[in-house]
Amino acid sequence: MHIVVCIKQILDPEIPPARFQVDPSARQAVRGSAGLVISPFDENALELGLQLKEKHPGTRLTAVTMGDEEAVEALRKALALGADQVVLAADPAFNGLDSYGTARVLARCIEKLGGADLVLFGRQAGDWDHGLVGSLAAEELAIPCVTLVREIQMDGDGVRLVREGEGGVDVIAGRLPLAATVTNADSNQIRFPKVRDMMLARGKPITRWSAQDLGLDPADLEPTARAAEIDELFVPDRTSSCQFIDGEDGAEKARKLVQKLRELKLL
Amino acid sequence: MAKVLAFALTGSGPLPQSTYELLGGARAVADAAGGQVHLAVLGAGVAGKIGDLAAHGADRILVVDSEHLAVYHPDAYLAAARAAAEASGADVLLLPGDTRGRDLEPRLGYHLRAGIVTDCVALEASPDGLRFVKPVYGGKAMARITVRTDRKVAAMRQRSLDPRAPDPSRRAEVLNVEAAIDPSTFRTQVVDHISEETTGIRLEDAPVVVSGGRGLGGPEPFKQLEELARLLGGAVGASRAAVDAGWVPPSCQVGQTGKVIGPDLYLAIGISGASQHLAGITGAKTIVAINKDEQAPIFGVAHIGVVADYREVLPHLLEEVRAARA
Repeated sequence: MHIVVCIKQILDPEIPPARFQVDPSARQAVRGSAGLVISPFDENALELGLQLKEKHPGTRLTAVTMGDEEAVEALRKALALGADQVVLAADPAFNGLDSYGTARVLARCIEKLGGADLVLFGRQAGDWDHGLVGSLAAEELAIPCVTLVREIQMDGDGVRLVREGEGGVDVIAGRLPLAATVTNADSNQIRFPKVRDMMLARGKPITRWSAQDLGLDPADLEPTARAAEIDELFVPDRTSSCQFIDGEDGAEKARKLVQKLRELKLL
Repeated sequence: MAKVLAFALTGSGPLPQSTYELLGGARAVADAAGGQVHLAVLGAGVAGKIGDLAAHGADRILVVDSEHLAVYHPDAYLAAARAAAEASGADVLLLPGDTRGRDLEPRLGYHLRAGIVTDCVALEASPDGLRFVKPVYGGKAMARITVRTDRKVAAMRQRSLDPRAPDPSRRAEVLNVEAAIDPSTFRTQVVDHISEETTGIRLEDAPVVVSGGRGLGGPEPFKQLEELARLLGGAVGASRAAVDAGWVPPSCQVGQTGKVIGPDLYLAIGISGASQHLAGITGAKTIVAINKDEQAPIFGVAHIGVVADYREVLPHLLEEVRAARA
């Protein structure tokens, strides 16, 4: 079985809101001293892929990302965690592509890899939070896509997936090849890489593909792949005045809080 | 733009509340351009459910009624939604931001060659055109988006649009739309649905939500939160950190990627207030935060704050509420 996990490198989403700034003219977040990390839901997808690889001997796992040279760090982490092969799709023509364009680039990468039995994505990237690329790439590849997936079990070329549905979870049965967008669950928290594996990952090869390598004409990407454009990016004003309850101890604070809630007719 | 098409993805259940919200939003966009509001109701046994939709703003109601739509299946709903979009000829399509709408949106957008906006919280109609507003960077920033394609698809976050007051004098034309849905071509099967173990009120509907986060330190304190929620007639929620730690099931997760809620009272206990969590509670009327770190971002949005270790406050709070209820 060949599993491809598509990952994206983003600005660390754990930056506290107080230190988060945007550059309105560039319509991007200001990087400042924040690090770059693999988008959290993509890590859930990677972990799910790694668990399937361990469970089913002979499985190959490839991590693919679209980005610039800095994104190599995300691929090195994937290698350290157990990916067999990594691909960086990098080209000036890929800058500023929207979800359609990104999906097309990733789909071409997967085709060039000889296809995949299972393609995993995070449910949405932690920067723009669109949550479109996985489903659109599956359309490009003409394979079914199951979204908001927590768990996957393989049974021959049959697959059972547990996904978030309305008011509970849906259990979906499908056949390979298949794509899934993965959401967080306690079973797919990313493992920690070992220091030794991080060192070894430094020496492993990284496959780099340009638009030309992927048979993509930049002119093809230009008009169709910028359907939705961000005009404006701003930080909303959320200042509220919090009324603090004070007291000598927990008992007094609790008493005053209940009193306050009574006054507000919330109790 | 001339026509706005809102979708109700009903399965075999009642009309989702989002239908009225989408109609309200669609009406505002259509009225700004002198256009029309269409509503597509997709489901099984839909006929009895469309009674009050004209009053809430629909000019035309397109019904796709099929036994194959009783359970949400992407292949079935895509066929039905495409048929409705075709029959409507709308240029702006609005989907609910629930698990069905989010799943359907990219597929529908792809097949209609439409630009797509997800998790949209506001529609800004002006003579220059329509702009879509959505939270980005986990809710830390907002983006205004222009869609350049003729057809535009947006999924609206629940509770972000206001329904209109019903006008019983309004009338709508009802049209039955046939969709070619052939289950033998479905590429996946829905084999089971497991309902969330909710003892009582659904998190989304609860007037009071008591939530816990990383600061609780483990799963045990959630028992006290459950008791408090029960006494207050509410439900228990949690931050993503508590869900990721396995302390509570994912069905409890409140936040941008969990449940988006708008209770009268939200009690955040041991929750620091990561912006992706705050994005899920912007609709809450009163937010009370209990946290030992007075610098925690949750106090930036809370109306009432208690700076304390929850362990020192919660037992007394429970006692007080028990006494008040007795």
